[in-house]
Amino acid sequence: MSSGALWAVVLAGSVGCYLLKLAGLSVPAAWVQHPTVVRLVEFVPAALLAALVAVQAATSDGALVLDGRLVGLAVAALALALRAPFVVVLVLAGAAGALVHVVGA
Amino acid sequence: MVADPVRTATLRDAVGLGVAVGLYGAAFGAAAVGAGLSTWQAVAMSALMFTGASQFALVGVLAAGGGPAAAVGSALLLGTRNTVYGVRLAPVLMPRGRLRRAAAAHWVIDETTAMAVAAPDRELGRLAFRVTGATIYLGWNAMTLVGALGAGSLGETAQAALDSVVPAAFLALLWPRLRRGAPEAVAQRRVALGGAVVALALTPFVPAGLQVVLAVAAVALVGRRRTGTAT
Repeated sequence: MSSGALWAVVLAGSVGCYLLKLAGLSVPAAWVQHPTVVRLVEFVPAALLAALVAVQAATSDGALVLDGRLVGLAVAALALALRAPFVVVLVLAGAAGALVHVVGA
Repeated sequence: MVADPVRTATLRDAVGLGVAVGLYGAAFGAAAVGAGLSTWQAVAMSALMFTGASQFALVGVLAAGGGPAAAVGSALLLGTRNTVYGVRLAPVLMPRGRLRRAAAAHWVIDETTAMAVAAPDRELGRLAFRVTGATIYLGWNAMTLVGALGAGSLGETAQAALDSVVPAAFLALLWPRLRRGAPEAVAQRRVALGGAVVALALTPFVPAGLQVVLAVAAVALVGRRRTGTAT
């Protein structure tokens, strides 16, 4: 793809993504207070975050992949259960993932 | 300013998140240049699009040889998450005037939403949104530049560490909703499990990124039907 075409892709994607963000903030308050919407926004984050956790920890290029990321995730879960601070959780998960990579390689 | 502990905790988490996400920005910069974008195109994407999953999806499609429509389309699909976040954030932020709303919209992403919504009250919610947004915006853009310039020189071990940090970060955001004592923790756990299972099951069959959106839609549909019959 030419540089011009790539710029077009970058800018079109950026404008589109911005408008999607703005739309969320701009819908009338009455819609937001509708019981169905209230219910939806109460539970959407859990579904979304869990889906992201699963996809980022156990898939790669459209296939299920089991590697050090799952070990990192298990370490993170343990740290969270022990109420470790956020940064500590991330550092431990990263260290675990790196360790598996080093040992495995 | 009174240094109350809740406020301090909010600030600390926001900065921690900003640093962690910033590190991931380096991975994005490297991925973007690897997909054929110039350094400036990678930097422009982080500054203008500023929503990590969409950015990764766009360069991922380009790297896999996808066309412009598929690349932009995948970014927009993942961007619909932010519309839902905006709806959730509107009552917390209540931006006055078109200009403030337009400015706030740019920072409506996973992390700022999670931090703002998790805050115990509206004032702290706004603070969390602003601090998280600012930290992540700075970290994400600066590290995109670093990653783009240093593309290819990121060691495999550093990459493995980064790969483990991202799911852990999402898990850390999810955790408080599932913890015993959280409102409707049992239902939240069921929803989370459903989202994860559907996303994994769809992974081999749909384009990268789409399975997350479909998982949320599926869980929302099931939840809606169940609520409808129960009442």
